[in-house]
Amino acid sequence: MSKLEHHGTYTPTTGVGKWIDARMPLPRLMYDSFVAYPVPRNLNYAYTFGGILSIFLVIQILTGVVLAMHYVPDATKAFDSVEHIMRDVNSGWLMRYMHQNGAHFFFLAVYLHIFRGLYYGSYKAPRELLWILGCIIYLLMMATAFMGYVLPWGQMSFWGATVITGFFTAFPVIGVPIQELLLGGFAVGDPTLNRFFSLHYLLPFMIAGVVILHVWALHVTGQTNPTGIEVKSKTDTVPFTPYATIKDAFALIVFLAVYAYFVFYMPNFLGHADNYIPADPMVTPAHIVPEWYFLPFYAILRAITFDIGPITAKLGGVIAMFSAVLVLFIVPWLDTSKVRSAVYRPWFKLFFWLFVINSVFLGWLGSQPAEGVYVALAQLSTAIYFGFFLIVMPVLGLVEKPRRLPNSITEAVLERSAKTDGASPPLGDPIAVADKS
Amino acid sequence: MKNLVVKLGAAAIAATVMVTGAWAASAYPKNKPREQDWSFAGPFGMYDPAQLQRGLKVYAENCSACHALSRVSFRNLADLGYSDDQIKAFAANYEVEDGPDDFGDMFFRPATAADAFPSPFPNQEAARAANGGAYPPDLSLMAKARAPIRGFPAFVLDPFRNYAENGPDYIYSLLTGYKDDVPEDVSVPEGLWYNPYFASGTALAMAPPLFDDMHEFDDGTEATVSNMAKDVAAFLMWTAEPHMDDRKQLGFRVLVFLLIFAALLYLSKKQVWSRVEH
Amino acid sequence: MTDATQEPEGDLPTRRDFIYVATGMMGVVGAAAVAWPFIDQMRPDAEVRAAGLPIEVDLSAIEPGGTIVVTWRSKPYFIRQLTDDEIAAADTLGEGDMKEYQPAEERIAGPDAAETRNWVIVSATCTHLGCVPNIVDNAPEGWFCPCHGSVFDMVGRILRGPAATNLPLPPYVFADESTLVVGSDQV
Repeated sequence: MSKLEHHGTYTPTTGVGKWIDARMPLPRLMYDSFVAYPVPRNLNYAYTFGGILSIFLVIQILTGVVLAMHYVPDATKAFDSVEHIMRDVNSGWLMRYMHQNGAHFFFLAVYLHIFRGLYYGSYKAPRELLWILGCIIYLLMMATAFMGYVLPWGQMSFWGATVITGFFTAFPVIGVPIQELLLGGFAVGDPTLNRFFSLHYLLPFMIAGVVILHVWALHVTGQTNPTGIEVKSKTDTVPFTPYATIKDAFALIVFLAVYAYFVFYMPNFLGHADNYIPADPMVTPAHIVPEWYFLPFYAILRAITFDIGPITAKLGGVIAMFSAVLVLFIVPWLDTSKVRSAVYRPWFKLFFWLFVINSVFLGWLGSQPAEGVYVALAQLSTAIYFGFFLIVMPVLGLVEKPRRLPNSITEAVLERSAKTDGASPPLGDPIAVADKS
Repeated sequence: MKNLVVKLGAAAIAATVMVTGAWAASAYPKNKPREQDWSFAGPFGMYDPAQLQRGLKVYAENCSACHALSRVSFRNLADLGYSDDQIKAFAANYEVEDGPDDFGDMFFRPATAADAFPSPFPNQEAARAANGGAYPPDLSLMAKARAPIRGFPAFVLDPFRNYAENGPDYIYSLLTGYKDDVPEDVSVPEGLWYNPYFASGTALAMAPPLFDDMHEFDDGTEATVSNMAKDVAAFLMWTAEPHMDDRKQLGFRVLVFLLIFAALLYLSKKQVWSRVEH
Repeated sequence: MTDATQEPEGDLPTRRDFIYVATGMMGVVGAAAVAWPFIDQMRPDAEVRAAGLPIEVDLSAIEPGGTIVVTWRSKPYFIRQLTDDEIAAADTLGEGDMKEYQPAEERIAGPDAAETRNWVIVSATCTHLGCVPNIVDNAPEGWFCPCHGSVFDMVGRILRGPAATNLPLPPYVFADESTLVVGSDQV
């Protein structure tokens, strides 16, 4: 069996199959992308979140389309229509809780996915575009989640919209016109709600479009893997189906089980009680905090309490917050290391985990009042956040001495299995092995 | 690094619970709600229709004088175990505005099963005017709209012990928490009532609403303040989340399905991957 | 790819096959179960169903020969009180005059206490494509649908035009001499 034939190619056997293949080879595309597509054999469960995320995009779109059948984007009726869904629509409570908690788990999965990418150096050449497309998806997700949170028109919806659009007033001269442009008025109101509903319906389909580009870019370069070494021979890979599909499916169902626990048993745990109070433009809730997935950025926003030259503290906070997201886009060029995976970079590994802990800590600070010691801690934590990207990444790549790299994925797998147990199945050509079993 | 995913997962879960549980370090309420035993607590907890019926009585004969319940319709009372005829008779005790008639005038008619509980005041301004400037809020969603912060480590443990009764615990604690002797460091404005369980201050405009023996219950339940507070809190949990029983029953089936499916997928995955070292 | 190895034919299912089949079945069952609520949510919701309860109609203001339109479950219904001449005209029509013959008296009702039974309660939705017919008083013709020209008689039977069936009768009952309940045949 030659290497080229290794994972098989699409050969239509039926007349219909040949007829379609000659005109629009969609089955061929699907076969080559999701059946024969070679993936590294050493992927671990951290690599299953891409599949999980695509399923959550589908869950959110399907439940969202259903909710839109019953929801009314009118300031006097929006809250009532959500309660109507929760009480009177058949299975409406299920659709609403799936959508609401689906957003939380979507973000949980995307953060795990991003951290995995940072750890294994998935952003490094030749995968810069793949990484940037992912960052665009993340930005679109944030916009979608924010506008979706406004739709129930509870107290947190209203005041969240007020505060977030208020960011733009930090910019001199153009700030207030931009805010009024976004709101369609001088304050959050009916025009705001209507346009947010429209955009909240639109953006997920744009996300789906960028996801297709993301997957396309992935299939051009191939997956990274825990060793960070590129695939060198066919023995380094296994075909996507059944190997990756079955593993992704298992991880998906486990993740869905956790999600289902929250949907059915703790549906309001991740939400905010104040959003069960109808929006009141005259009364601000005692504590306005965003949803948990925005809290680290909220902490960075509030950490800038001092003017920097002509830049006021308010503008500085907004710039810092946006920079915290935008810095992700230039990560491929900030990291100077020749070694891709943190597995072989002892210092990077240490700093990575510090960064993870710091991000969690920033999130916690975002939930605390911006006063006293919390401000100083948020400033320190913000400095660490940017320090990781702007100092650690460039400098470490130049000074760090990486551990010895294996020659290939296959060698790495062999080394590890030799360490763990002697009686392993025969190595080599996985398909040949599969055929024999 | 197989344990990367475990570490990432642990960090993410820690982040999630930390930030959601600790969203607001507030000075109020001074006292945390006291946790009660609820029939609807836990993964198999269900509403107790008898308790909800007693709670409805307390609402209808006390709270409804000032507080609306406008998201609940009389037809919903079927959940409490009432027959169609009982609901029809109960609804007929209420008058709702309808119209316009053929002459363009609004008129009042007895409520039907399809109508919602009528509000005691025509609008918020009227409610404020009748209550010394304070607005008695609609109670339909109260059990979900009030959730005093849990603090550490309770918020981390809550998902593991499936604690989701913060709202009814708060309502119970508030209704039974009025204190006559005000601590020296607390000043209570004229016309307000000191209550250390109140979520947004030391005192509230609502006078203690419940007194021992103010009702008689058909099932012989003693009408203590504590019993009535608990019954009405349970009733308000039902008004806020009428499908909780359905939700938990469906959830059990879904989780059992997912766990069996996961086990089978794990076995399949092991079979598939047994062909290749990885 | 050449098929280098072949499974012996007629082999008994193995444990491995069983696991694969069981897993696949679970997936199919799960997908079907998930699909249901997404379809279920489109059925009329609890509020709509509650609003579709029977309605009471006061008949005292309708003269013989007069017709009113009432709404039940968001759809219109005709209530017509016939004159003696109109009943006679309806009776003259026989099986050859219409597509779906039904004796006129089966479509006419009245309160138990009344001397004559002269009320017609029919759906005001044309059985062709759902338009609302116009009322015409040209016995025996009673309704004319402006959309495609279907003509119904005084008791709602289809005489000519594209509609194939008579205007259906809703469930109704006379609660007393001047009160009609539409939507239920129980008092």
